[in-house]
Amino acid sequence: MKPLGPVVGESLAERVRAAVAVAAEHAETVDRDGRFPAEAVQAMRAGRLLGVAVPPEHGGEGASLAELASICSSLGAACASAGMVFAMHQINMANLIDCGLESAWCRELLQRAVADQLLFASATTEAGVGGDLRQSICAVECDGQRFTLAKTAPVISYGEQADAIFATARRDPDAPSSDQVLVVLMADACQLERFTTWDALGMRGTCSHGYRLKGEGEAGQILPKPFADIAAESMVAISHLLWSSVWAGVAGDAVARAQALVTAEAKKQPGALPPSAPKLAEAFTRLRMIEGTIAECLARWEEARANPGASSLSLALAMNALKVAVSTTALEVVDACLMIAGLQGYKNGGPFSLGRHLRDIHSARLMIGNDRILASAGQLLLVQRKPARKA
Amino acid sequence: MLTETIRDLVAAHAGLPAGAVLEDDTDLYRAGMKSFASVQLMLALEEAFEIEFPEEMLTRTTFRSVAAIAQAVETLAPGKLAA
Repeated sequence: MKPLGPVVGESLAERVRAAVAVAAEHAETVDRDGRFPAEAVQAMRAGRLLGVAVPPEHGGEGASLAELASICSSLGAACASAGMVFAMHQINMANLIDCGLESAWCRELLQRAVADQLLFASATTEAGVGGDLRQSICAVECDGQRFTLAKTAPVISYGEQADAIFATARRDPDAPSSDQVLVVLMADACQLERFTTWDALGMRGTCSHGYRLKGEGEAGQILPKPFADIAAESMVAISHLLWSSVWAGVAGDAVARAQALVTAEAKKQPGALPPSAPKLAEAFTRLRMIEGTIAECLARWEEARANPGASSLSLALAMNALKVAVSTTALEVVDACLMIAGLQGYKNGGPFSLGRHLRDIHSARLMIGNDRILASAGQLLLVQRKPARKA
Repeated sequence: MLTETIRDLVAAHAGLPAGAVLEDDTDLYRAGMKSFASVQLMLALEEAFEIEFPEEMLTRTTFRSVAAIAQAVETLAPGKLAA
């Protein structure tokens, strides 16, 4: 089969820039109205960004995780909701690429995902499991080659806009809660009954409503690899890397706004360093730490990919630390920028406004709560037998 | 017998549902062992056999079944199996 490749003649960087510009243009109304960033996602489709990570032999461009992280950061700087939609979509795409190639149905979906620029959402939370990704109550019910699944999901981000929803469930009705599989439900074969509405402090455009989800399909739609392995081997690491990149983008734009304000002050008072300039430098320094940590973790990820037998423990610890560090520090950076910008930052609708950034970045510590992540990292540290530094 | 000891430790620490059938090749994760339980099991194994799992062995594969654990213990402490 002939690789589809990008139909547009522009470079990836140019296509990303175009989507970022659209995301920025609509960020205010997406936030104000708590609506899906439809224009930005349409621009991602036009730039063929949704299928960019699919390997060339399946029609995509084989973009690396570092390239995806960079797109997340650029989009996040313009519109955190659009950036997070892109990140969550790519996490599901990575699951499909990593774990679905053994299934003919999944291979076909991958081709379609590129050709039609499909958008993927996930239903990994469930009422009654206390926010634990690694437990399910609902179970796949198989009848021959067909299955049905019913799940009560307190959050399915952009579920109504997605072309497919990746849901976790117990393997069968007799399986223990931790024996999970990941199932791909196509939008035209599932029903979403909304029971809570996402009216939140920030990340308002992710439309993370709660749903009673019912779907059906054929056996090939159940990813062959156990979800426990998917989570441990790739999904958790990819999630933390791409989310962190979105947050770095939000913090980066806050610093850019504060920097523009301080520069404008400097122009009004030639010959004197604005009093807020050192504070700006401090925020910039923390932003560099965020970016440095992400870059180091991306390098570790590539290293682990190249050596599949290597320890997964150090990598897991590094990714846990990444999530906690970036989610905490990005909030501090945006908060510091607000102090620099003062009322100009506090007021909505201006070039130096930071309210949306501050509200959006407050989600970072909660998206898989840092307390839960630290408890999990604490367990890993109990079994680590080497000093907690890279050899 | 090494396998018997491992079975006892699995029964005590893996947090499997009561009445779970435990064959040597039963997939412990599928049987319901969660990550905290796997950590407790690993610490108990280290204590019982006076061994230390090096980091490269701390993968899900090492603790997947009684047989896999026995193999790992045998690798780390060749004498223990015969004892």
